[in-house]
Order: sequence, then C-alpha cells, then structure tokens
Amino acid sequence: MQIRLPEFPPYVAVVLWLMSAPLHAALDIEIFGGGATQIPIAIVPFAAEEKLTQSITPVVAADLQRSGLFRMIEPAGLAPHEPIEVVYSEWINRGAGALVIGSTTLLPGGQVALRVRLLDVAKQVQLATYIETVPAGQLRAAAHRIADMIYEKLTGDVGVFSTRIAYVVKEGKRYALQVADADGFNAQPVIEYTEPIISPAWSPDGKQLAYVSFENKKPVVYIQTLATRARKAVANFKGSNSAPAWSPDGKRLAVVLSLMGGSQIFLINADGGGLQRLSQSSGIDTEPSFSPDGQSIIFTSDRGGSPQIYRMQISGRASGTAERLTFEGSYNVSPHYSPDGKSFTFVHRNGDRFNVATQDVATRQVQLLTDSKFDESPSFAPNGRIILYATEVKGRGILSAVSSDGKTRQQLSTQAGDVREPAWGPLPRLQ
Amino acid sequence: MKKIFAVLLISLLSACASKSTQPTAEVEDKSVGSSRSSESSPTTGAVPNLNPLTDPNNILSKRSVYFDFDSYVVKDEYRSLVQAHAQYLRDNGNARVLLQGNADERGSREYNLALGQRRADSVKNAMTLSGAKESQIESVSLGEEKPRGLGHDEASWAENRRTDIRYQGE
Repeated sequence: MQIRLPEFPPYVAVVLWLMSAPLHAALDIEIFGGGATQIPIAIVPFAAEEKLTQSITPVVAADLQRSGLFRMIEPAGLAPHEPIEVVYSEWINRGAGALVIGSTTLLPGGQVALRVRLLDVAKQVQLATYIETVPAGQLRAAAHRIADMIYEKLTGDVGVFSTRIAYVVKEGKRYALQVADADGFNAQPVIEYTEPIISPAWSPDGKQLAYVSFENKKPVVYIQTLATRARKAVANFKGSNSAPAWSPDGKRLAVVLSLMGGSQIFLINADGGGLQRLSQSSGIDTEPSFSPDGQSIIFTSDRGGSPQIYRMQISGRASGTAERLTFEGSYNVSPHYSPDGKSFTFVHRNGDRFNVATQDVATRQVQLLTDSKFDESPSFAPNGRIILYATEVKGRGILSAVSSDGKTRQQLSTQAGDVREPAWGPLPRLQ
Repeated sequence: MKKIFAVLLISLLSACASKSTQPTAEVEDKSVGSSRSSESSPTTGAVPNLNPLTDPNNILSKRSVYFDFDSYVVKDEYRSLVQAHAQYLRDNGNARVLLQGNADERGSREYNLALGQRRADSVKNAMTLSGAKESQIESVSLGEEKPRGLGHDEASWAENRRTDIRYQGE
C-alpha cells in the first residue's frame, strides 16, 4: 500500500502540468438533448483573438452550449468588433436574438486587455459590457466570466461556468481525487493513493475539500486545503468515519461514525474538536446534507425498516426528532439539498434500477430525472439548475449532468479509468 | 456434534502451554486443528512450530464470515469460526483484531459502508459474547470499495457480503 502525498518532485510536476495543459481536457464532455426554447446567440471572434495563446470565444461558446439553453448562430462572414460596426438587420436575418462582439489587445508584459459587449439584436441595445485586463495565463478564466455574464443577463440565473468540480478517478489499483474546471479542463490532483477515496465535499468557501480515505485500512475523514495541500484527519475515531458534510458557515461538519455503535450522525468542528451526537437511532443514519440556512439536515435512515430520507432540526427545541420525507418505493438514499433549500436530489431505486430524482420539500412531489441503471451521488450545481451524478455506460464509470428540468444532459468521461464521486464546487467569491 | 468436538479441541489446544500447534496426519475435518493432547515439544528439528493464525489446518487461519443478502446475522456455519477467534483473543491478551465488513456493489457507497459496518459489528458482538474483550477488537467497514468478487453477478455479490478478520501485525 503506497501513499503518495502530493509533494511532487519538479520533473513530475512538469509532467502533470503538461497533462493539464489547455490543449486537452482531462474530462471529455458530450451534450445530449436541449431545452425546448433555446436562445439563439451569435458570438463573433474578437479582434486580434487569433494572436493570443488561448482563444476566448470558443470557450465562451462551449460554455453556453453545454448549458443546453443556447443555440449558436454562425457569424457567416460578418465581423463587427465595436457596436458602431453592427448592422442589426443582418443579424435579425440570421435569426440571432443576442450578439457578442469584442476585441483583445496584447499589452507589454504579457497582459491582455479585453473588451466585450453583449447586444440585444431586436432592441438594438447593449445589455452588458465586460472590460478587464488579465495575464495571458488567465484567459480561460476570463472566458468563463464572460460566459457567466452572458448567461446571467439572458436567463436571469447565476452562471456556473467559473466553478470547479471534484471527482475521483480509479485507474487499475490507483485512486486519484482531482479538481477540474466545470468544463473539464485544468485538472489538478488533490491526493492519490492505492486505496479508495470516496465522498469528497467542498467547504463553502471553496478552499478546502473533505474526503474519506481508506489508506489506514478503515475509513477516515480528512480535510485538505487545496492551495497548500496541507491536510489533517478531522475524524479518525475507533471504527468507521465517513460521509462528511459542511455546515453552510464552514465551521462544522456532520460526519457518520461507528464510534458509539452502528452508523450514527455526529457534528464536529472543522478543527476536529467539539464532537456532538446528532442522530439517535438503533439503525443506520448516514449521508447528512445541511439545509442552506444551517438549521436542519436531511439524511438517509433505515430506522423505519428500509432506507428512506428524513429531516431533522439540529438546534432548538425540535432538534433530534426526525421527520420522514420519502414514501415511494423501498430505497431512497443519498439526499442533497438544492442551493435554495426548496428541493433535494436523491437516488431512488425502482426494481433493479437506481435513478436520480428530485423532490420538492413543500409539495413532496417527486420528479425522476434519469432512466439509466446505476446512478449514484447526485448533487446540485451552485445555481440549482444542474444536477451532477455518477453513472455507468458500457461498464465504465462516468459522470453525468442533467438540467433540473430533465431536458439537457452532459456526459463527462476520462480517457482511461472510471470516474465517480463527483462534487460541484461553490461559486467563486470576490477576492 | 461438530460443535462439541471443536469446543473440546479448542479447550485442549488452549491447555497447551506452547503457542504453536502441531499438524497431524489424521485430520478428519478441515475446520478443526490438531488432535494431539500432549503438550510435549516436538523432537528436535522434526516438526516446525506453526503460527495457529496462519496454519492452514487450524480454524484460526480461516478469516472470512459470509452473509446472506440484506442480512448481517452470523449464520450457524460460522459460529465455530467466530468462537475460535474469540478464544484466541481470550488466550492472547495482547492480540488485537481489525474486523472489516463489506457489502456488495449495488446502491449508495455510503449506505453500503454502513451495511458493511453492521456485518463487522455483528462479528464483534459474537466475539465479545464469547468472552473476547471489546478493547481487543475494532470493527470497521470497507463498504463496496474493496470487493473480492469482481463480477457484476450474484456469485460476486455473495463473495462480497463478508466480514474479514485481520490480526494486528499481519
């Protein structure tokens, strides 16, 4: 059993950098389906973009297409870069509803000045402007921010193109926990072992990942800081330690311990102190997920005889009593709250199929989102519009993302090995 | 009958001062160990000392308890195995075991981790009921993460519904 802590010698670091170079995505993404009403948008390559080490408009177009909410309109010979150069009737003829134009300027020192405008073709007005100067190494990040701006202006929802996802890749006997951009590029290793890693969970500020490692021949919960790679075991009690879930304020985690018998849910401070028992059943209580207001958790429990989803207040007078939420079928597990707390996603077993579903908290209405066979670990993107989960296609483990209305799907796969255990990171905070 | 025989033999074995048992030519049943009742040492160089934990003729070398679908009850056919290990722990106060419970691959990983935990706890409870000390036993789960049966069929799933007994230092 080998443990490779990520203190790579320089030559290995170079190899990893090459593996994550922008030419090649660590995760390949395919898109299926599409919303019934897609916004037709034309993106004109920015002035002087071809001189840059990284083009911007292809990244923006790919982001918008992946959302399933946009249909690309080809510029077909038109190349305005400033609003004054736009002849709106020509774009109306092409069926565009929105138009993106811009220019790039290479500055001394390797910086790039960007100026981008989003225009409403019918109303002939400017909807948004993006003006920024970035280092050449930050061009992809800038492209994602531009895509976020376009997405937000035209759909009214928060864009998630600047977010990251964590996932585990298994290749032969090696397991690697990685973090990549939401479009699959720039994969960075977090930790690699020859023993399994499961249940990655992002801290609310996006700076740390909690995960479960089996390097000690038993499950232990670790918290690792992404920038420094420093990590500590936050739950390494006698027995099994697993299922970490961060409280929304980032100060505590819910974990599942067998310390006091069975599998029960506990609260623990992020520094490992302050252990407090939350669930009190003689059965299995696991997979906790905090509500966005931090006042309650939903979790999986078989206290009623079969695994179902329950909710429990964690403070105040009602704390400790659990209310059952799922009543259809005999196996409902892996709940995760939506960012607005109004619904949750989970896995529902029907016969021998395991599918992703969502349930509205208030109405209890259930919607099945997938019809594959072995779906697991669903969680929401931070705008609540996409659910990311793990599944199997032709015997290989891949990730899949489905829009919350069930209409658009993406598949994310690695070139080799199986991908599993995805977790969508939070929205980037202002620095 | 088999159970009484095993218990008698275990008593005889534990009566021996030496930690090792001698293999004999007349093993009637693969699940029981030596039938020698004498505690005399072997003649010089004739027979090597064997660690009972790894002696293939000793029940202690058997380390896996298998479970039925959706169950964590220790079946009758594994009772003597569990009791043998409990007896070993009673006789060797410094010995420590790690019980690793497993589950088949179907369903949620974390829920399967909890199912595996149940299977490890079950064996632990059976051992402590047979007199082993709680402090000598740690029960943990590997869930579906370390399967022995690698297929996606009932035979593999049955192989993976299992608790393994591992001694510290192995």
